[in-house]
Amino acid sequence: MKKHLLNVTSNIEIARNIFEMKLTGPGVGSMTTPGQFLHVSVGNHSSKLLRRPLSICDVDLDREEVTLLYRAQGEGTKQLSQKSAGEIVDVLGPLGNGFELAENDHNRKALLIGGGIGVPPLYYLGKHLKSKGIEVTFILGYQSIEDSFYIEKFNEIGETIVTTVDGSLGIKGFVTDAMMNVMNDEPIIYSVGPAIMLKAVEERAGGLRGYLSLEERMGCGIGACFACVCPTETRESGYVKICSDGPVFKMGEVVL
Amino acid sequence: MSRLHVSLPGLNMKNPILPASGCFGFGKEYAKWYDLSVLGGITIKAATLEGRFGNPTPRVAETESGMLNAIGLQNPGVQKILENEIPALQPFNIPILANIAGSTEEEYIEVTRQISSSPQVSAVELNISCPNVKEGGIQFGTHYRSAANLTRKVKAVSEKPVYVKLSPNVSNIVEMAQAVEEAGADGLSMINTLVGMKLDWRTGNPILGNKTGGLSGPAIKPVAIRMIYEVSQKVSLPIIGMGGVSTAEDVLEMMSAGASAVAVGTANFVNPYVCPEIIEQLPKLLDEIGVENISEMTGRSTKQWKTPLSSR
Repeated sequence: MKKHLLNVTSNIEIARNIFEMKLTGPGVGSMTTPGQFLHVSVGNHSSKLLRRPLSICDVDLDREEVTLLYRAQGEGTKQLSQKSAGEIVDVLGPLGNGFELAENDHNRKALLIGGGIGVPPLYYLGKHLKSKGIEVTFILGYQSIEDSFYIEKFNEIGETIVTTVDGSLGIKGFVTDAMMNVMNDEPIIYSVGPAIMLKAVEERAGGLRGYLSLEERMGCGIGACFACVCPTETRESGYVKICSDGPVFKMGEVVL
Repeated sequence: MSRLHVSLPGLNMKNPILPASGCFGFGKEYAKWYDLSVLGGITIKAATLEGRFGNPTPRVAETESGMLNAIGLQNPGVQKILENEIPALQPFNIPILANIAGSTEEEYIEVTRQISSSPQVSAVELNISCPNVKEGGIQFGTHYRSAANLTRKVKAVSEKPVYVKLSPNVSNIVEMAQAVEEAGADGLSMINTLVGMKLDWRTGNPILGNKTGGLSGPAIKPVAIRMIYEVSQKVSLPIIGMGGVSTAEDVLEMMSAGASAVAVGTANFVNPYVCPEIIEQLPKLLDEIGVENISEMTGRSTKQWKTPLSSR
């Protein structure tokens, strides 16, 4: 694990308060597993001390470029959104355990379900799965059309179903409302989003196998501070650390 | 002898820097980032008699130049710490300061008895100042008589020197320090976090699952400096200073206030390499002010004020 100083190549607003930041530097070469995150320092000598855990959205190994999507909501991420091309961003990573792909999964279809700012890591994951010959379907949930992003890019990888809470784009409702029609082939499910959404996805998935990536406020990001724990019944300790044991867990492994 | 060497009861340290309890786990996570043998010592996460799960999440919230935490003393219990965690630190060959906590006097005493008997543990840090648990912790640390009482009982069973970690959430910290000195403490650790709170203005709800938490980070450093400055003049115990230290300059400031060693907490989250970077920087700063040995820094502030202001 390492700290990297990466150069901003672009940092633009692609939807309401959603920014796409591209960073480049030699450290990018290690970011090859979808579902991992970078622990990002938002400012230099800023009063915002804590790093922000941001999922890796895409990696271009040839250009040594990593893409992060984030919502500029609080003061810290707003500071990050002020960074312009040429500036340096201090990141730790890649951290955490990403999505794994078991050998016997190769002839299965995959259903990737993301909500809001949980959507980005599914992009890199979708590309990976497709490159292994797996047929990928996405369900992406947003608040409204103004909050939606990357839909065309997801469409290039596989069928992409969109839901919005207000019905301004795609199906009106939540991601779970779109699940029933695409579960006939018993796909493997990969889902990222807030705990309440993951819980609903897990319930709707019935007994299907899958993986969930959890979000939580983090401190150190490396498993030392015990800030981002989640209860589990599958380990003797009774908990997992989201940053270092996760953020990806098998469906059913943690108590949501 | 190295110019960074400091010596405190039970803690023979090649430099005055150690990570603060709760900010460094049991060391193994940071051992993936650098060789822990460069540290002056390590304070391990609080041990209780049985394992504890801790508080509901969220457990951290950011504040201006600081953070609130309410972890709730999550730990696997003293036995597992002795079996699994402490032995893993053996290769680094650095003094271990073992933080101990409990809900009752009996729990503190039993944890101390067990952990202080480990040959690897150099000293114990009596945590009577955790603001994030309902029972124990701070309840022993906000009244001088209960603090002294607990210190005396823990001292009676401890096979290693005992440092009492003081809470800043008291009206008179000097009184607390004097009481635990009188009760036989070998040293002081100060300060623990300040109790604070953050609300989501949209909903009115607290951010932390525990509602309140302990404030740490650079925001509290002036409070720590003032308290160490006051206490060090009234007690003769060595002080492990802590509270918002994130640079080598901060370390020397805290030593000037009266600390003999300095613990680094929240800054580890900002920069996992902060401790080794500080240690590397210290000799350069000493050169800059013409000081040979870092131990000379301890308590400089009180010595310098002996010259009346009017004659400067």
